[in-house]
Amino acid sequence: MYYHLLLNVLKPPALHIPDGFLSTPVAIVGWVLAILIISFALRQTRDQLGERQIPLLGIMAAFIFAAQAINFPVAGGTSGHLLGGALAAIVLGPWAAVLVMTAVIGLQGLLFQDGGLLAMGWNIMNMGVLTAFTGYLVYNLIKRVTGQSSTGLIIAGIVGAWLSVEVGAIATALQLAVSGTSPLNISLPAMVGVHALIGIGEALITVGALTLIASTRADLLEQGRKAGGALSAAWVTGGLLIALIVAVFSFAASGSPDGLERVADNNGFLSRALDPFYTILPDYTIPFVANETLSGILAVVLGTLLVFGIAILVGRGLRRMPKSA
Amino acid sequence: MNLHFDDQYQQGNSVVHQLDPRIKVILTLLFVLTASLTPFGDFGIFAALFAFVMLVALNTGVGVGYVLRRSVVALPFALAAITLPFTVPGEILATLPIFGGLTISLPGVIRFVTILLKSWISLQMAILLVAVTPVADILWALRALHLPQPLVAIVSFMYRYLFVLSDEVLRLLRARAARSGTRAGLRSGGSIVWRGQVAGRMAGSLMLRSFERSERIYNAMLARGYTGQISTLIRSHLRPIDFIALFTTLTFFCTLLFLAYLT
Repeated sequence: MYYHLLLNVLKPPALHIPDGFLSTPVAIVGWVLAILIISFALRQTRDQLGERQIPLLGIMAAFIFAAQAINFPVAGGTSGHLLGGALAAIVLGPWAAVLVMTAVIGLQGLLFQDGGLLAMGWNIMNMGVLTAFTGYLVYNLIKRVTGQSSTGLIIAGIVGAWLSVEVGAIATALQLAVSGTSPLNISLPAMVGVHALIGIGEALITVGALTLIASTRADLLEQGRKAGGALSAAWVTGGLLIALIVAVFSFAASGSPDGLERVADNNGFLSRALDPFYTILPDYTIPFVANETLSGILAVVLGTLLVFGIAILVGRGLRRMPKSA
Repeated sequence: MNLHFDDQYQQGNSVVHQLDPRIKVILTLLFVLTASLTPFGDFGIFAALFAFVMLVALNTGVGVGYVLRRSVVALPFALAAITLPFTVPGEILATLPIFGGLTISLPGVIRFVTILLKSWISLQMAILLVAVTPVADILWALRALHLPQPLVAIVSFMYRYLFVLSDEVLRLLRARAARSGTRAGLRSGGSIVWRGQVAGRMAGSLMLRSFERSERIYNAMLARGYTGQISTLIRSHLRPIDFIALFTTLTFFCTLLFLAYLT
């Protein structure tokens, strides 16, 4: 039995953030995002896979966990490894991949303390959601351009897998910076640099796996492409994620007045401005949250989600309108 | 990256062992939250939390050494915070004669040590949870705490087949090693790209085998009447001891946070 656990030692120190390195508000934001996306993924995969959802995703999760122990020597005792988010997304579709990686990260965190419990929200986002969506989107985008050629598959796989690791690393660096654990000007280059190399290992293993699958069961890759649903849906989700992450960083926005306010101030008519007769989130703050920074972040995140929700509803409404003759 | 997954302590008669798994999971999470909410530099609180961990370790029979040894894994990640003593502004403790005078500030050191302590004691609590609670109970507790059934089922399946697939990976690695002859003085092993491709093909072959295995498993489940719903028996009922444990521990955490923020 202990041989199985030896596999855990063969894995490199990756993007699993332990507890204590993220501030509490940051960790909670991560959990909220993870819960939202996992819920959506559960619904999507249930619709696509039906009863097969549980056995298929469960075994694939076990595969990813086991496959993370497959390594190849690079140089001087280091080895290349697989994180697996991109591979899972390309073969199973991004939503299934999110669930698969959630299971892997969840079990790693719970049983092997590989990543913290409070930090698990962001760990799932970084290594599950961001890697899966980046890998899937980049791979399919490149494949669309290169067509059915095998070179196209290789290029798409390499770039998709490498970028997925980089995006995960960048996100991790940002979270550490926002938490005040590591200043961005140090953590970002460090993370990006180290994972540029780790990404090569990921790219090589992912492409090796993809070429094998393409030559023996190409139908699986076709299924995976379709499982993503319309590429546009994945883009929408990707866009929302980016908007939310930017929203979290809104605290870094300049406090200086914008163009109009500055002109009004200079020319002396700023005092003529009337207050609105009702306020819900005055001046991008949430009234009952004491911490100024957190209040600002939450207000912007709330606003982003509201705008997103309204846009979705409007879009649906427009789609339902009959085309004029 | 913990290779130690012993279940030798999972059966026991201590008070902690007899708690409902839901309570254990909740209390572990609350412990981590309390540690996370403790402000920088409040070392008394951390000492109290550490004492709590040691109390649980002793009560369950797991022992202090087990927990301390396992929690050493937290250390490598400390590198992520290593810049804090040098970058946080404040009262300067020392100046190193490198990089044109690198200053170490007191607030920076306090911050750094706090983060390490938070990480270390949170890790210890998580280690204890897993040491004294069988995995099946933890998974049941997550479901009973209203985590979605499909997600818990996926994790359960993953756990069930983890060891089967890990076995296959070990076989793959051993087969590769058996076919990788080397001779002193001769460069061997091919290019990095080739090695990566070999590893990739191993992963791909395992993926296909796992996929097809999942189809066999699904068919087997269908043959036994699987309809998509997984039912579980109730593994545990809440008893007075659970409420007592929950109440006292909650009071303890709240008192610590009260002391931290209002003094």
